[in-house]
Amino acid sequence: MSEMALEVRNIVKRFPGVLANDHVNFSLRKGEVHALLGENGAGKTTLMNIIYGLYHPDEGDIFVDGQKVTIDSPHDAIRLGIGMVHQHFMLVPVFTVAENLILGAEPTKGWSLDLAAARKAVRRLSEQYGLEVDPDAVVEDLPVGVQQRVEILKALYREAKVLVLDEPTAVLTPQEVEELFVIMRQLTERGVSIIFITHKLKEVLAIADHITVMRRGKVVGTTTPAETSEQGLAAMMVGREVVLQVEKAPAQPADVVLEVRDLHVEDERGLLAVDGVNLEVRAGEILGVAGVQGNGQTELVEAITGLRHIRGGKVLLGGQAVPPRAPRFLIEHGMGHIPEDRQKHGLVLSYTIADNLVLCTYYKPPFAKGMQRNQAAVVENARRLVEQFDVRTPSIFTTAGSLSGGNQQKVIVAREFSRPLKLLVANQPTRGLDVGSIEYIHKRIIQMRDQGAAVLLVSAELDEIMSLADRIAVMYHGKIVAVLEAGKATRTELGLLMAGSQAAQPEAVQA
Amino acid sequence: MNTPASFANWKLFWKRWGIGLTTTAVVVAAILYYYARTPQVTEAVLASTLRQSVPLVLGALCGLMGERAAVINIGIEGQMLMAAFVAFLVNVYTGNLLLGVTAGILIGALLGLLLAFMSVTLKIDQIIGGTVINILAIGLTGYFYKVGLSAHGKLNPIPLGPLAKIPLIGPVLFDNPPITYASIILVFVVHYVLFYTPWGLRTRAVGEHPRAADTLGINVYLVRYVNVVVGGALAGLAGAYLSLEAVGSFERLMTNGRGFVALAVMIFGKWTPLGSWGAALLFGFATALQTQLQFGGKVNIPPQFIGMLPYLLTIIVLAGFVGRARPPAADGIPYEKEG
Amino acid sequence: MSTQAHKTSPWEAVTRFGRSIAVPLGAVVLALVIGAIIIQASGASAWKAYEALARGAFGNAHGWQRTLEKTTPLIFSGLAVAFAFKAGLFNIGAQGQLLFGAITAAWVGFAVHGMPPGIHAAVALTAGAVAGGLYGALPGALKTYTGAHEVITTIMLNYIAMGFTDYLANGPLKDTTPGNIVARTPQILESARLPTWGWLPFGFLLAIVASAFAWWLLQRTTLGFEIRTVGQNPHAARYAGMKVARTIILTMVISALFAGIGGAVETQGVVGRYEPGFNANLGFDGITVALLGKTDPFGVIPAALLLGAMRAGSNQMQFKAHVAQEITDVVQALMLFFVAADMIVRWLLRMRAAEEGEKITLSTGWGSH
Repeated sequence: MSEMALEVRNIVKRFPGVLANDHVNFSLRKGEVHALLGENGAGKTTLMNIIYGLYHPDEGDIFVDGQKVTIDSPHDAIRLGIGMVHQHFMLVPVFTVAENLILGAEPTKGWSLDLAAARKAVRRLSEQYGLEVDPDAVVEDLPVGVQQRVEILKALYREAKVLVLDEPTAVLTPQEVEELFVIMRQLTERGVSIIFITHKLKEVLAIADHITVMRRGKVVGTTTPAETSEQGLAAMMVGREVVLQVEKAPAQPADVVLEVRDLHVEDERGLLAVDGVNLEVRAGEILGVAGVQGNGQTELVEAITGLRHIRGGKVLLGGQAVPPRAPRFLIEHGMGHIPEDRQKHGLVLSYTIADNLVLCTYYKPPFAKGMQRNQAAVVENARRLVEQFDVRTPSIFTTAGSLSGGNQQKVIVAREFSRPLKLLVANQPTRGLDVGSIEYIHKRIIQMRDQGAAVLLVSAELDEIMSLADRIAVMYHGKIVAVLEAGKATRTELGLLMAGSQAAQPEAVQA
Repeated sequence: MNTPASFANWKLFWKRWGIGLTTTAVVVAAILYYYARTPQVTEAVLASTLRQSVPLVLGALCGLMGERAAVINIGIEGQMLMAAFVAFLVNVYTGNLLLGVTAGILIGALLGLLLAFMSVTLKIDQIIGGTVINILAIGLTGYFYKVGLSAHGKLNPIPLGPLAKIPLIGPVLFDNPPITYASIILVFVVHYVLFYTPWGLRTRAVGEHPRAADTLGINVYLVRYVNVVVGGALAGLAGAYLSLEAVGSFERLMTNGRGFVALAVMIFGKWTPLGSWGAALLFGFATALQTQLQFGGKVNIPPQFIGMLPYLLTIIVLAGFVGRARPPAADGIPYEKEG
Repeated sequence: MSTQAHKTSPWEAVTRFGRSIAVPLGAVVLALVIGAIIIQASGASAWKAYEALARGAFGNAHGWQRTLEKTTPLIFSGLAVAFAFKAGLFNIGAQGQLLFGAITAAWVGFAVHGMPPGIHAAVALTAGAVAGGLYGALPGALKTYTGAHEVITTIMLNYIAMGFTDYLANGPLKDTTPGNIVARTPQILESARLPTWGWLPFGFLLAIVASAFAWWLLQRTTLGFEIRTVGQNPHAARYAGMKVARTIILTMVISALFAGIGGAVETQGVVGRYEPGFNANLGFDGITVALLGKTDPFGVIPAALLLGAMRAGSNQMQFKAHVAQEITDVVQALMLFFVAADMIVRWLLRMRAAEEGEKITLSTGWGSH
């Protein structure tokens, strides 16, 4: 018998172009809550997917209960007593709680499913661990917090001794987070060991016995709540590297270009993702929207850019009301959009760079003469923009799909910036890019501002927001919780606001 | 079914079964009314309704087994046609009806295997994969068919003793040839498998959220393969019905679009066996009525217009019900493993 | 270091062309080989059969004429399918659209009197095209407004078109010449007929022009750009401000327009009247032609020529080599299988799976997304 429930040693996992886990070591004691802390992309989820058998490590060993094991599939992980609650729930929405619980390990009576036994199991586990759920409720009708309980029950039904919770609080309300913590305590008291993945400092200090911090695929260190503080953890998490500094003159805000009034937007599931947002962006300034991913930023941007249905409220561009779902109206009235998902929305990967560069303007002179396209003008335009925006490509007839991420993004930037813009909406403009491209795109955005465009910048990277934005709006749970002057806001202050901390709320400026 | 103990249970019960029960009540009332007025015609129309529904309900069962596991099968038409032909051919050369039916089932399953290979393993567009099967079936049956071959008999009605003597119900329900009986039994078998067995639970999970099933150690590919192959066997049985039970011979293109209509039947039946049976009976009734109208000679509508009825019905069903009824969430999407 | 002039060496162009036709060519060869095995297995000589087939199709002027006549409607229905593919739509309804085109052209051809020859033919052609196009608008609208998948609606509309044209040829438009008992329309007037110059049918030229037009529309116009963008990435199309629903309906109409002309050409150039059953299966053949031609408007022409030659020569094959004509259906189906399952062919040819350029992506699922 080992003191350690789970141990990983020297785990290495490479993805094309990324070292996601770089010799990671991690030990989980029996009956503890061990927090794994780090920013998005630090490699936490990769590590957990390796432990759960979804990925195979390139190097390194895994030990369960002191024994060296190989985990090739979730099946192996389950057999070894490892359960995982994924960030995106792995529940079948149209099934009942009981059906979800037994899926893959069904109790039977003859050839039939024994649903009575399943219900009994739900009740037994509910009672044993204090997790209250109705076995006959259909999962999609349940609130997110309860769905999470079902996920935990699923793991417990499979007799998990090690439970991995991947960003479990990301989708919960503060009250639900409290309830989750109570549950986690009850589980550890009954001998379950928990790995708690998060990037929220407060939560870590509230619940963890040990804290391991990851940054850029490496373990930075392990500590305990008693030995550290929020500031200490933030420093470990973000590191002290030189922040990419962007030279920029003070903003000279002029007239209001974009106005968002009491905007309400629903997400795919019909839940309110943007809940009464008010915003104003002026010509010559950059308004940064900071926030943890999934707090309504995507829906906000899609509503503003005409891609998503608006449930309530108004969007005004240059004082003019924007008709619903009319991207072309916006484009023709001077909006540029760098979309969050460049491969889904921003580019047609099978098209040449030249065609992608006229995706929004192909129907206007000089790119069209009557109903004919003007190939010469398209080519000329492409040559000029590729040169001007430093797109590294063998030819303008290369397909967009064969470019690197940085160059794909440059194609989008070149296309959007080649029109006279009054408003630029940029959502995660540098996600997944190399340092050189990031720097380049930052410079271009500043340039756009200095030419008098209003810029709405949405990013989950605090660095990016802090170095680019003139004013910073923090979004939390579909609402703008604060708007700060960029020069005055500190990293800690912003981090706390993003985490929904009420205490840190300063003099909230109305945007 | 649980006995509805409380009011809440009763409401749930009504939500699930209300439409079905109401429809059944109305239909039964209408049948009794017409039976009182014209017993022979009513009996003939009802018996014909049931038999016309056989290939449709079997085709729909094939379609829904695939789609419950997220594989769209647009090749049902081809599976039926090929099975009808092979069943007929085996009967011609062996003189054995049972052997013919078995061959039909096997060839249907084989084409199912081909579809599964194309859509699950090769991840070819499922619509194109199904179309390949349809065209392959038209080509092969066309080439190998020789005029003048005749089957050795056909599957005849088997009256079920005294049950067949009951007025109205007897001749309609209990005096049918074997595949007709089998299709009714299969409706309930598939319903049972899909909703009351571990296999069914896994199938539905794979159709709704394959990644969730995968993380629980369920083999997504295997589930899809098995369902598509078994579905193919059902389509094969439908084909054998057409050549060996309904007609007693093979004709070129004898499926006449039934494989496609079956898909509409499946959608109308909300991807459930019982619902599909109801929808198939409705389509069967439209066809039976058409025959009755054509030969009754009472109504002055061009026969071609009456013949369009099932196809028009199909379009109306598709236009009206898609979107309202919800297909399995992962329907038609190939599954890629992670990592 | 950014852009260099885009220059392709001739050799590069040749190899690229070679790669692009390798899969269809491989599919054709594989299908012919399996066809040969089937013929051989049924006791005839495959060599003799194929030889007779080729002679029948290309051996003399008469053969050429028949081949081109068979090729013409195949080009049109292939174009219809290929064109719709570009927007991610699967138009299996070319059959029905073609029937409406054929019977409308016949009606204008026999019922309208007193028009000058060229004009009459043009009017009949146009009427056929419009009839086909309108019939194609139906599944397009059903898809965009109700979410009904075009594959099933177009197939159902095929059966309805068969019933309806059958009714017309049996009823209101029936040939009332004494002694006629079959369902068919009267002969069209001489002024509505399309000429044949030597062994070259006018309709074939029209088909070539139509292919060029389709290519021009797709590659050189803003509408074509919209159609291709919707087919390649509907999300990006919406992002770029294109009207996706309108584009889908318009694509279906244009696609059906080609099928409609195909039917009209068949009536005016070959049959001279409308007869039910004469055009059977042309719609399904269009799928094979389109995929064999890599859904390229010009690729459709050689693909249709191949199938047309098989059709034209199969009589001779049956007569001289005693092999049933229907073997051509089997070979055709095998071609489709191998070209669709191009991964099999690639595997057999040891080709890389990844390929640049536009791929066919059809909409999946029953609802509109």
